[in-house]
Amino acid sequence: MSAVAPLAPPAGRFSGGVHPSDRKELSRHMPIEVLPTPPELNIPLLQHTGAPCKPVVAPRAEVVLGQLIADIDAFISAPIHASAAGVVQREGVATLPNARHVKTIPIKTSSKQIPAEELLLDMFGGAWLDRKLEEVTPEEIVRAVRAAGIVGQGGAAFPTHVKLAQNPKKPVDTILVNGCECEPYLTADYRVMVEAPAPVIAGARLAARAAGASKIIVAIEDNKPEAIQALRDTAGGTDIIVMAVPTRYPMGGEKQTVRVTTGRTIPTGGLPLDVGVVVINVETAAAIARAVWRGKPLTHRVVTVTGEGVAQPRNILAPIGASYNDLLQFCGGLKPEAARAVAGGPMMGFAIGTLDVPVTKGTSGLVVLTAEDVARAAETPCVRCGRCVEACPLDLMPTRIAMAARHKDWVLAKRHHLMACMECGCCAYVCPAGIPLVQLIRMGKVQMMKEVGK
Amino acid sequence: MAESLANPVASTSAPAGPAPEEPAPALTVAPGPHIAYGALTTRRMMLDVILASLPLVAVSLWVFRAYAAFQIGLSVVSALVAERVFVALRHRSSTLGDFSATVTGLILGLSIPPAAPWYVSVVGAFAGIGFGKIVFGGLGQNIFNPAMVGRAFVMIAFPAAFGVATYVAPGLSADAATGATPLTALKMSGETPPLIPLFLGLAKGSVGETSALAALIGGLYLCIRGTAAWRIPTAAVIAMSLLTGAASLIHPSPWTVAHHLCAGAFLFGAFFILTDPVSSPLTARGQWIFGAGYAVLVLMMRVLSGYPEGVMFSVLLMNAVTPLINRWTVPVPVGGPVPERK
Ligand code: SF4
Ligand code: SF4
Repeated sequence: MSAVAPLAPPAGRFSGGVHPSDRKELSRHMPIEVLPTPPELNIPLLQHTGAPCKPVVAPRAEVVLGQLIADIDAFISAPIHASAAGVVQREGVATLPNARHVKTIPIKTSSKQIPAEELLLDMFGGAWLDRKLEEVTPEEIVRAVRAAGIVGQGGAAFPTHVKLAQNPKKPVDTILVNGCECEPYLTADYRVMVEAPAPVIAGARLAARAAGASKIIVAIEDNKPEAIQALRDTAGGTDIIVMAVPTRYPMGGEKQTVRVTTGRTIPTGGLPLDVGVVVINVETAAAIARAVWRGKPLTHRVVTVTGEGVAQPRNILAPIGASYNDLLQFCGGLKPEAARAVAGGPMMGFAIGTLDVPVTKGTSGLVVLTAEDVARAAETPCVRCGRCVEACPLDLMPTRIAMAARHKDWVLAKRHHLMACMECGCCAYVCPAGIPLVQLIRMGKVQMMKEVGK
Repeated sequence: MAESLANPVASTSAPAGPAPEEPAPALTVAPGPHIAYGALTTRRMMLDVILASLPLVAVSLWVFRAYAAFQIGLSVVSALVAERVFVALRHRSSTLGDFSATVTGLILGLSIPPAAPWYVSVVGAFAGIGFGKIVFGGLGQNIFNPAMVGRAFVMIAFPAAFGVATYVAPGLSADAATGATPLTALKMSGETPPLIPLFLGLAKGSVGETSALAALIGGLYLCIRGTAAWRIPTAAVIAMSLLTGAASLIHPSPWTVAHHLCAGAFLFGAFFILTDPVSSPLTARGQWIFGAGYAVLVLMMRVLSGYPEGVMFSVLLMNAVTPLINRWTVPVPVGGPVPERK
């Protein structure tokens, strides 16, 4: 292919944000490696935003890779498939990083599994762009995405077919493929973009056809030139726009990416859909292509296991249901200085007290930090320096919201737009007084809902 | 808050540690974000102010010799004692470690006339820490800058200590010639001092306010570090330049824009006192208004009031309206306010 896709300048900007040290050098050069199938998988029945699934297989049933094992008849939901061949065990439980307890289907895996190279080839390799979009209708794409159990793999885990289904009241003109990966440490999306740009582009085009969008933008932070180049090369000859956006946390937040790439502002409490945009993560895009062109469900995902507390950081293609212990073992285990394990990135991820946690469709990374990494200033009273106000990407006044929440003053909390906060963590990151602003705000939201019902 | 949990790796059948015989590390859980911008803490901000004031302290020691050492030392020690005593009376744990009392003492010492009697610093420090900070509930709760509260207290209690007799001439600690500061001289006789000594700090004035150069050096450091909100002194300097520039166009006078910027404690106030985070606005817009308002007030007092210099009252007045400024300048969230639920 001779032509490369145009590199468009950003169309807008957002104020605030922070520049944490990104530490991506720990794992960015590690190619995607397949996790050896663990002896047992523990697959949660709720891995998406919406209604939990019900098992459709009985204990002791033998299942093969990709077989449907749980589903539910609800629009906002996504079915679940066996991520390895094996025998179904009695229903189990697991605690997800957000402290939610969910039921699981444990599977004792059999000794015969698909070889690693074959799995990689099936997920990312081969030709993706030789198929004609006209071969499938938008409805067929949406059905295939639902059947494959695809959810947003950037973290929110919202069922993707719901976003792609056309709604005459909310027309969509733009598909935004989010390759910002603005959380420090994480490199899973980066590796997918560098190693498998073709399925990402193929999935983006399918998503655009499904949603009836005429425009496709791929947004990548400008600290990932290799990813930008790979996608430009692959998208050459199409009218897909690859956009290098400034590196600033939280560039990958939907509100920020949409604003920077399209100049449009999502209303508070609204969705990208309200401004004619559907945002999908790069790995989700690849999963869409795989579902439509290869008929394969979402059974594996790329997880970055990294941090100064991990012996050998890696980007791992892991089956859904593998435990964090399995991942860590594959990375040589914890270093003695490991002090905190975080599911997701260090800005918005959750600290976990046990590593007996299953990988879900929304697991982007496991970051193990040292005591030095997590050290923060001893808490002092707020000195009203305004740094949190300056850092807030949504133009809120974090100190005011947090203090109102601390004193349970819901009138004041509302006046300062408590519910608008996206919990990105910029405010707490900069606060010189070491005040846990995000925690106060998060608790405030829950309590205000309870007490005021609004 | 961070509770420690034994790492489960150690207890499962598949140990993951590189050296299984060693005890596995303990993992802590705590709310996110899990990393922080460590370069600026409350303590570090206070230390920054102390560092930034070193050029001012050096100039004052060189110009006023023993007078400066005496006033600064006495103020700092008094402020520390005051903080310790008041905090103990409230049965709180010691707060000396945050260095905020040191800063208060330092700023107070720098803003007192060189030859003021000893009790001025002592009473000023106790009044500043007590009325300026502790009665509001301690660090972060006060409305007014504590050092300025202390200075206002002693200025009202001991007016004579702030008369011409306490402003000694620079460099003459032996025979201690006292006399009017440049701003008093302007008031009295319309006298215009040469600009260079004014800039370097060789004019008469309070201990630490005389050198515009030293205030600028320290002030720039504070702004670059992010300890001071750069918008505040920037707004003050711009507003002062525009106002005095316009005035000298209408009414030509030997007091140029540069004279007004360098004279008195204007720059010291703009960079060191006004930028006290606790008593200045939170929002960007508020900080612009705050800085500009300060310049307007300083100029009004220089021109209209009976006092030769109005930095202290200007700071206190702007402190007083800061809660209002904060309320006026609440930004609109990106995407608009949260919609009411039906
Ligand atoms: S950053 Fe921290 S200390 Fe500064 S105003 Fe916000 S909450 Fe207060
Ligand atoms: S967590 Fe909320 S208040 Fe804090 S910076 Fe992010 S959006 Fe603003």
